[in-house]
Amino acid sequence: MKKACKANLPALIFLFALLLLWQAGAMEMDAAYILPTPVQILQRLWELREPLFLVHLPATMTVTGIGLVISLALGLALAVAMDASGLVRRMLYPLVVVSQTIPTTAIAPLFVLWFGYGIWSKVLVTVLITFFPITITVYDGLRSAKVEMVELLQTYGASRREIFKKIKTPCALPYFFSAVKMAVPMSVIGAAIGEWLGAKSGLGYFSRRMMTQLDGAGVFAPIVLLAAAAMLAVGVVALLERRFVRWRGES
Amino acid sequence: MSILEFDKVSYQYPSEDFDIIDALSFRVEPGSFHCILGVSGCGKSTIFRLINGLLSPKAGEIKVGGAPIAGRKRYCGYMPQKDLLFPWRTVGENVALPLEVAGGLSKAQRQERAEAALAEVGLAGCAGKLPGELSGGMRQRAAFARTMLTGSDLLLLDEPFSALDFLTRISMQEWLLEQWQRLNKTILFITHDVEEAVFLSSSVLVVEHTPIRTLTEIPIPAPFPRDRACLGRPELVELKERLITLLRKQVRP
Repeated sequence: MKKACKANLPALIFLFALLLLWQAGAMEMDAAYILPTPVQILQRLWELREPLFLVHLPATMTVTGIGLVISLALGLALAVAMDASGLVRRMLYPLVVVSQTIPTTAIAPLFVLWFGYGIWSKVLVTVLITFFPITITVYDGLRSAKVEMVELLQTYGASRREIFKKIKTPCALPYFFSAVKMAVPMSVIGAAIGEWLGAKSGLGYFSRRMMTQLDGAGVFAPIVLLAAAAMLAVGVVALLERRFVRWRGES
Repeated sequence: MSILEFDKVSYQYPSEDFDIIDALSFRVEPGSFHCILGVSGCGKSTIFRLINGLLSPKAGEIKVGGAPIAGRKRYCGYMPQKDLLFPWRTVGENVALPLEVAGGLSKAQRQERAEAALAEVGLAGCAGKLPGELSGGMRQRAAFARTMLTGSDLLLLDEPFSALDFLTRISMQEWLLEQWQRLNKTILFITHDVEEAVFLSSSVLVVEHTPIRTLTEIPIPAPFPRDRACLGRPELVELKERLITLLRKQVRP
C-alpha cells in the first residue's frame, strides 16, 4: 500500500497542480454557471448530498449493475459459443463487430421511445456499449489456449469439457478481468447517456436538470460522483483479479 | 510380445500429396530404450502423434501391448518438446494432471502421489511452487514426473532436452538413463542429436529418407550402465561418424 502511494505520488502532485490551476482560472473568470471552481463543485456535492446519494446514485448504479450482468452473461455465452463451434463463429463474429459501428448515442433516443422513461431503455444502451468488448476479449482469451497444451491433455484422455475447464478457463481468466475493467467505466457512461436522453431519475438525468437551471456546479457534482463510482468499481475488480489470477503473460 | 507394433502404417497430411509415413512396419520390445534419429522435418514426430492417437493412420494398424490402439485411452505417456507446465497451476497440481483426468482418486491421494513422483525426480518440496520459479532442467524433470503419472509402460519423449543448455542437457541425459534402469519402462526418444542418440539408446532407429518406409535399426555396442566416457571409445566414435554421414545426405543446405 505504501509502495503504491509512493509510485502514484508524481501523478497526485500533478493532479493537484491542475486543480489549483483550474481553481485560479475559474476564480479569475468568475462565471460559476459556465465554469465552477473545484471547491464550488465539492460544496454543491455536499449541499445536494441527499438527493444525489439517496435517489440518483442508486438509480444509476442499478442501471449499471443490471446492464453489466446482462452484458457479462451475453458476452460470455457468445464467446464460449464462438470458441466451441466454427459455424457459430462465422455466423456471429462479423455481426458482433458490425454492431459496434452503430452510433449508440445517436439511436439511444429510439430506445426511450420503445421502452419509455423506465430503466430498460438505459439498460439497453449500457448493454450495447459493453457487450462488445467483453465478447471479443473473452473470445480472444479462450483462443489464447495453446494447441500443444490441449493436445497434451487429449493424450491423457481428457474430454472437451475437461479441456475447457482445465485449460481454456484459466487461459481466459486474465482476459476476462481486463474485459470487466474496461466494461465498468463504459457501463457507467452508457447509463449516464441513457439518463441524459430521458429518465425520471439517475445522475445523468440530474446533471441535465442542473444544466437547464444554469447551475454549473450542480452539473459537475453528479459527474464527479459518476467518475468516483466507476473508479471504485474498477478498484474492486482489480482486487478480485489479484485474488484469482496469480499468473499473467508467462508462456 | 512386442510392446509396440507398427503394421504397414501409412499417414498423409491433408496439405501434402504424398504419404509421409508409407507402409511402415517396426516393433519395439518391452524394456528397451530406442532413439528415433532423423533430420528436422523428416516425419519422426508424426510417428509419435500416430502412436499417442493425436493422428489416425490412413492405413495399417498400430498395436500397443498387443492390442490395437483405436478407441483406447491412456496406453502411453507422451512428453512433448516443451515442458508445457501450466503456469497457473503449482508444480504439484501440474504433475497430478494425468491422475486428475483419469479420475478415481481423491484430491489428497493425488497430491500424495504427485509429491512422491516429484521426490523420485529429485524435486522434493517443489510441489507448492509455481513453474515459473523452476529452472529449465527442473521443469523438464517435473514434466517427466507428470509423464510417469500417466501410469503407462510405454513412454514417448519428443526431444525433451533440445531447449536446454549443453551442460544441463548432458546431466539430464545421464539422469534419464538412471530413471530408465530404475523404472523398467520402455522409452522411445526422438532426437536429431547424434551424440544424444548414441549415448542413450540400446539401439538407434534411423530415419534414412522421407517418406518414411523403414526405420534402420543400429545397435549401440556399449553395455549399461553407461557414462559419458564411453562416447570416446573408437567403435562408438566410428558409429557416430557413420550416423552423421547417413543423416547429412538428407540435408540440403
